[in-house]
Amino acid sequence: MSVMGTRVVRIEDHKLITSGGSYVDDLREPELTGAVHAMFVRSPIAHARIGSIDVSAAREAPGVVGVFTADDLDIAFAPGPTGEPWLARDRVRYVGEPVALVLTEHPYQLADVAELVDIDYDPLDAVIDLDDALSGRTLLFDGTDSNVAGGKAKPFDEKLFDDCEVVVTRTITNQRVAPAPLEVRGAACAWGEDGRLTMWLSTQNAQIARDILAGGLGVDPGTVRVIAPDVGGGFGAKIGADPEAVVLGWASRRVGRPVRWFETRSENLTAMTHGRGQRHTVTIGGRRDGTVLAYRLEVVQDAGAYPRAGAGMLPGFTRLMAPGVYRIPRVEVATRSVLTNTTPIAAYRGAGRPEATAAIERAMDLFAAEIGMDPAEVRRINFIRPEEFPYTTPSGASYDTGEYAKALDAVLSAGGYAELRAEQARRREAGDVVVLGLGIAAYVEITAGDGMGESGRVDVNPDGTVTAYTGSSPHGQGLHTSLAMLLSDQFGVPMDKITIRHGDTDEVPKAVGTFASRSLQLGGSVLKQAGDQVIERAKEIAANLLEASPDDVELNVDQGAWQVRGAPSGGTVTWAQVAAAAGEDGLSADVWYGDVQPTFPFGAHLAVVEVDTLTGKAVLRRIIAVDDAGPVVNPVTFQGQRHGGLAQGVAQALLEEMSYDADGNPTTATLADYPFITATELPDFELVDMATPTTRNPLGVKGIGEAATIGSTPAVQNAVVDALAHLGVRHIEMPATPQRVWQAINDAREGR
Amino acid sequence: MKVTIEVNGRSTVEEVEDRTLLVHYLRDTLGLTATNVGCDTTSCGACTVLLDGESVKSCTVLAAQADGHRVTTVEGLTGEGGELHPVQRAFSNQHGLQCGFCTPGMIMASVSILAENPKPTRQEVREALEGNLCRCTGYHNIVSAVMEASGQEVDG
Amino acid sequence: MIPVGFSYRRASTVDEAVGLLGEYGDEGKLLAGGHSLLPLMKLRLAAPEVLVDIAPLADLRYVRTDGDTVAIGALSRYHDLHHDEVLRQHAPLLAHVAGAIGDPQVRHRGTIGGSLAHADAAADLPAALLASDGVLVAQGPGGRREIPAGEFFLDPFTTALQPDELLVEIRVPGQDGVGWAFEKFTRRSIDWAIVGVAVLGQSVGLINMAGTPIRATRVEEALAGGANPAEAAELAAEGTSPPDEPHASAAYRQHLARVLTGRALERAAGRVPAGL
Ligand SMILES: Cc1cc2nc3c(=O)[nH]c(=O)nc-3n(C[C@H](O)[C@H](O)[C@H](O)COP(=O)(O)OP(=O)(O)OC[C@H]3O[C@@H](n4cnc5c(N)ncnc54)[C@H](O)[C@@H]3O)c2cc1C
Ligand code: FES
Ligand code: FES
Repeated sequence: MSVMGTRVVRIEDHKLITSGGSYVDDLREPELTGAVHAMFVRSPIAHARIGSIDVSAAREAPGVVGVFTADDLDIAFAPGPTGEPWLARDRVRYVGEPVALVLTEHPYQLADVAELVDIDYDPLDAVIDLDDALSGRTLLFDGTDSNVAGGKAKPFDEKLFDDCEVVVTRTITNQRVAPAPLEVRGAACAWGEDGRLTMWLSTQNAQIARDILAGGLGVDPGTVRVIAPDVGGGFGAKIGADPEAVVLGWASRRVGRPVRWFETRSENLTAMTHGRGQRHTVTIGGRRDGTVLAYRLEVVQDAGAYPRAGAGMLPGFTRLMAPGVYRIPRVEVATRSVLTNTTPIAAYRGAGRPEATAAIERAMDLFAAEIGMDPAEVRRINFIRPEEFPYTTPSGASYDTGEYAKALDAVLSAGGYAELRAEQARRREAGDVVVLGLGIAAYVEITAGDGMGESGRVDVNPDGTVTAYTGSSPHGQGLHTSLAMLLSDQFGVPMDKITIRHGDTDEVPKAVGTFASRSLQLGGSVLKQAGDQVIERAKEIAANLLEASPDDVELNVDQGAWQVRGAPSGGTVTWAQVAAAAGEDGLSADVWYGDVQPTFPFGAHLAVVEVDTLTGKAVLRRIIAVDDAGPVVNPVTFQGQRHGGLAQGVAQALLEEMSYDADGNPTTATLADYPFITATELPDFELVDMATPTTRNPLGVKGIGEAATIGSTPAVQNAVVDALAHLGVRHIEMPATPQRVWQAINDAREGR
Repeated sequence: MKVTIEVNGRSTVEEVEDRTLLVHYLRDTLGLTATNVGCDTTSCGACTVLLDGESVKSCTVLAAQADGHRVTTVEGLTGEGGELHPVQRAFSNQHGLQCGFCTPGMIMASVSILAENPKPTRQEVREALEGNLCRCTGYHNIVSAVMEASGQEVDG
Repeated sequence: MIPVGFSYRRASTVDEAVGLLGEYGDEGKLLAGGHSLLPLMKLRLAAPEVLVDIAPLADLRYVRTDGDTVAIGALSRYHDLHHDEVLRQHAPLLAHVAGAIGDPQVRHRGTIGGSLAHADAAADLPAALLASDGVLVAQGPGGRREIPAGEFFLDPFTTALQPDELLVEIRVPGQDGVGWAFEKFTRRSIDWAIVGVAVLGQSVGLINMAGTPIRATRVEEALAGGANPAEAAELAAEGTSPPDEPHASAAYRQHLARVLTGRALERAAGRVPAGL
């Protein structure tokens, strides 16, 4: 019987629940013996010229092995006018930017020494506000004439909304949030006697990290080995390698000793990239019968101080996915990215798609409110219909498959939408202080939208066990279990005879890794192809052993053995026998899967909130979700991904925001101040299953890593607004803090 | 200073700097690296261990304060023969962990919760886990794991 | 993450603790549960040279009745207080508040004496003690003295304790049969109060509405003058000066103080006296 689609407890768990993972700070590898400890001295000021740096006192302190600044670095500086230095030179552009590196014998000495590094800052005006940044009044980079790092303001088509009976427009902030994986960033590295650098790095992509390191250090990629040990969450913020990693590799070479680094949470919240950070101006128009005719989205992306992924990739995905699940005849999108004196922005679970969804889903509700129609009904009227797929949107996306109306109807029926609306009306009528809000979001997103390939290799060992090497780089997703299930199914080998390996660039030299919910669809598809090749080869060997024609032998997956078709009594050969007979090169296939086609998971969420109209506090009571990513390999981890996504999405709607004051000082720089969502702010999740396969990969699967985050944020935000609709509230910015909600109620009462 | 701390049933005697935090005593002095550090403000609970049987955040206890006391970490939960503690087993069964970084702290917090309230409701479990952050699971399955470990219906 | 270096001393008697405080003067700091002091030290916002650990003073961990008074040892931990049968019966407001602080791990460590001595206007127990008309017992080189709660909290993080004094006991009049309520307004359950209100009978303590914990005197006067809870609660923000922060402005907190005071008074009035 096939294990596919059955509940399989993760093979990853045992170690994690008994002796804990091997995260980078846990490593006790012999190569790291005698390692020195590293800490970065970071800018406490958002924007300043660096006057002088005096490291003399620090260099004298007990236990110091080295104190280095940009002047010490003899590696090339990032090119281009807005290039990001390894360590700040002359100028700092955000609080948290690394300025110096301290190395000590004992980790407890680091902070003592870092305090002694005396840096003289000459403050400049901090550019925090987006309009201020766009105005170019203060420029972040000399030699540029604008802070705009990508895109441009283009004139919109004046006639876009000409035939619309109703047009609504609104500016909405999709706030900056901190990815905050529970494990902060860390690395450990050592140069071997062979002149090679080995770096253990908490990363989602060892191979990309290797290339960044080699490029930064000016060495051949072959001289760098990156190993991703267990990684305590990434959520997009651990893609590749950050500048710190390059400096650590350099420092290890400079002092001739292994180096270890594990940042503090306060550093992490200011110096690891943030996510989201877009301002949207949405305009939506249509007819009073509910038909949407035109949609315009203007995006201003806060890129932070240096253009990383935030500058191009994020708004690019927002543009592509702007029309969401609707067939809107006319869609216009313009995006601009602008630099500010804040932490650089990059990917965070969803990376550009949650922003697109939040914009269109808020716009749909604004439109529905304006024409006085139920938001579910407006959505139904405008959904792309199942028979229209593949569907190319005006923004250029080619959606594979979808059942958008079915997904919405499924959550509404599971949630008891009609009863909930009745309860809402009852409370309103009774004048209850605590009112009920229902929020809907329907979404489609793009996964594996990167266009890069993935690698996979399958070896059948002479003892009949299977070892697979994947280019994916899981860090909590349970991919080892899913891949082992796939191979077990394909080979008929029990799961405990299958080992999955990943994350060592010496074992898997060419790979891309994990982001964009790509791992199962690409990492899984390529292993399937490698498996198919192995089976082809095995068939010939087995035929030889069975003295039959290859056409007549078959793999009996129930027994994991080869036999002559239709003649099971004629004897079998085991995988071990086949592998042993495979000769010198063994039984192995190594495949690069380059034909990457993105897929488009979709779903619908219904959120139920209660809002205390006197205090403004909104509490999420229920969230009912369909997240359709095609066939499910392991429901255990599939649901786990949805749960995690839901929580992070809810967090953005209700709680989390990375904030700065007007001078660019972060005001949420510790976990005491940053309102990371906890178990008490979340209800039990209500998941409704749907599985619509894609035609675009051999497994039929789409990505599930980010989907639920994308749907839940606007569902919850819409619910909070809906709760107060009867008071005249039309919009509340995220996060819907009690004060904001209270303010919105006051404003509505006063007709503002 | 010299401290004597019983860790997972074994007496440990070590010379440490006075400012040594218990979590670093466990991780660095003793090499018990399951217990993790996730913050610097006593907020995340990744460092939770049992001190004299009660959950504490070992990043906010000095090794000196634990001198003469008993500490249990997740490494000490597994039985001699490798049999899992019911809470460990339930975390795996219910998929109460993903990246695993919060897990040792979550498990120890859960052991303490059940010692104080053997038959909690799901809502009580949520409230008792307020000091333990998890970025991956959305907590749903962690709550289920504690329910399973309590011998109750998971859906409560 | 790592505090500045210090030396650690352990006191095994109250006298020894007082002696060590005298010896180290400004450089020394008492360490009880450590859940205010160590977090500050880890962020290097405090850097005492000597810590005098008083947690081992087990004889300062108790709850007992003394006639109509409930006496609580200063080193009693929140968790123990929350579950203490004597306290739940005779001072349920305090037992309840002790269970509303921080998270279980914090409650396993934090002490009532530490919370009061730390004197954070955002903390829960100080306002509850004010509403309870509590008395703090301090011991110094000259022996013991009693300080009424109303005279204890002088300024933010500043109390009437002398540098060489130790808080040894907290006394409150028995609360048997008196209605009480506690309203703590937070975004997440782990958070400190944005605003909090502790009500015992007609006494009202406010959390985070000034630089110190305060009593809502105008509300109490109005109640004494016969106002109903709703009317009295309207006065809850009179004379307050709460923090003004982006996520919670002073005006919003004042609004919350009125709403929460109204709710607490209603609940206290309706609460079956005694018991949680
Ligand atoms: C994550 C977290 C969340 C928290 N949430 C809350 C909350 O919601 N509400 C709340 O009220 N508090 C909260 N706290 C603070 C907690 O209540 C502290 O434990 C308490 O404030 C201090 O008590 P302690 O015994 O730990 O004191 P310590 O930290 O040991 O000492 C605090 C101060 O008091 C002095 N001191 C201690 N004992 C005595 C004594 N007997 N005599 C004289 N001086 C003494 C010390 O020298 C020090 O200056 C939280 C703490 C944390 C870490
Ligand atoms: S490390 Fe976060 S609470 Fe201890
Ligand atoms: S499993 Fe990753 S933080 Fe909890």
